[in-house]
Amino acid sequence: MKTLILASTLLLAAVSATLTPAAAQSKPTAITIATEGAYEPWNFTTAGGKLDGLEIDLANDLCARMAVRCTIVAQDWDGLIPALNARKFDAIMASMIVTEKRLAVIGFSEPYAPTAAAIMVEKASPLAKLPGTGTTVDLGGDPAKVNAALAPIAAQLKGKSIGTQTATSNTAFLEKYLKDSVTVREYKTTEQHDLDCRAGRIDGVVAQKSSLTAFLSKPDYQAFTLAGPTFVGDVFGKGIAVGLRKDDTVLKEMFDKAILAAKADGTIDRLAQKWLKTSLTN
Amino acid sequence: MDLSFMQATLLTLLGGLPLTLQLTASSVLLGGAGALALALMRTSGVAVLSLPARAYVFVFRGTPLLIQLFMIYYGLGQFRPALQELGLWSFFRDPYSCAVLAMAMNTAAYASEIIRGGVASVPPGALEAASACGMRPLMRLRRIVLPLAIRQALPAYGNELVLMAKATSLASTITLMEVTGLAGKMIAQTYRAVEIFACAGLIYLALTFVLTRVVLLLEWWLSPRRPRLQPARPRIRTTGEPA
Repeated sequence: MKTLILASTLLLAAVSATLTPAAAQSKPTAITIATEGAYEPWNFTTAGGKLDGLEIDLANDLCARMAVRCTIVAQDWDGLIPALNARKFDAIMASMIVTEKRLAVIGFSEPYAPTAAAIMVEKASPLAKLPGTGTTVDLGGDPAKVNAALAPIAAQLKGKSIGTQTATSNTAFLEKYLKDSVTVREYKTTEQHDLDCRAGRIDGVVAQKSSLTAFLSKPDYQAFTLAGPTFVGDVFGKGIAVGLRKDDTVLKEMFDKAILAAKADGTIDRLAQKWLKTSLTN
Repeated sequence: MDLSFMQATLLTLLGGLPLTLQLTASSVLLGGAGALALALMRTSGVAVLSLPARAYVFVFRGTPLLIQLFMIYYGLGQFRPALQELGLWSFFRDPYSCAVLAMAMNTAAYASEIIRGGVASVPPGALEAASACGMRPLMRLRRIVLPLAIRQALPAYGNELVLMAKATSLASTITLMEVTGLAGKMIAQTYRAVEIFACAGLIYLALTFVLTRVVLLLEWWLSPRRPRLQPARPRIRTTGEPA
């Protein structure tokens, strides 16, 4: 009898094991989306402990389009990708940029927003006059041009401490292009490097321009300004997209379709106006 | 298991070991001095001294070290103008000194209770004997109470040392790239959490192994039953014997 039970259990396990991949590819009815909840205005936690922001609005909109029930959870930034692959949730919407390195471990949907990074400094600091303010440097473009744009900035930043959030493209940018002139200080969240910038422990911050622009409109940041060019391309990748497991092709298709539709009917632009006070179509 | 990757990881993480060791050593030394002072205040029997010590231990033992660290680093960071006026800003601007301060204050609270336990274990007879020999309180403290108390407290204090060595990993939250900070950074770059944390764990394991051995050695050295060098034989002068 015992052997029979064991045998049937094993058989059942074998059958379910062979069935799982096929089952995973059927259309899901409920998914869990993870965000960071600490990256205003993209995704943040309100004083009441609720998640809010552009990506929360967008996630709800996309879920309605895909006709799936969504649960949105918060997860520390540096644990997002490992937790996705450990199947703790099914998708990441945390202002995550598509980069080669990330593509090696997870998949991405169509991007829903372009990315650009900028430098924030104190207005009173000499760094406020960084050259190239108002221009855009495409790091993926002509290397000679990139060097010409970066050299004067590197010279001015010599010996300064610049804060970034750890494990972001902003850190990658500093380490690739300005490592020799600045001291990179890495923070767990952007809120922390902003606090330290205000406290004067660091001379500047490199973060996504959309996020910095939103900060600068707050009363606490009256003394700060963006300085130097806007950086796009190369380490800043191909835009912000939904992070997905590589084998979840059905979910990717669903997200792709929903994002393209949200772009086409102006939903994403409307959300950008609401949260970022700018248009995302540039 | 990718051995060459593990090896490269270990080498990178070992780069953070000096900072981990520095943080541990400075906070344990400072905290140890604070602990001794607190324990003496607490056992002094004078209310003006013992009450503040009690309050201090209550607060620092009752709140998480991470919160203390954040309060000192990010919290005090918001009072830059006031701190600058007091000339303290250069201290609080530096994440290293903030980390050492937080950890030293934390361990001082715990260790003071450990030392207090040691002091309480000194047999009253020994104290009476010391007084009977004419020792004044300070001399009694130095010669009788502290040696006995410290020996008694050492095993528990060894525990606290190990806890502090591991608590240095919190310093990564205020941008200090010690072993855990480097591990977090490497994981962010490679997404190989298991291998990298395993390597970091190995480094802490080796560190605490050495620490516990050192404490054991110290215990053995302070033990009254330790086999000592042959004590000098007392010379007894007997009369009537040729010199």
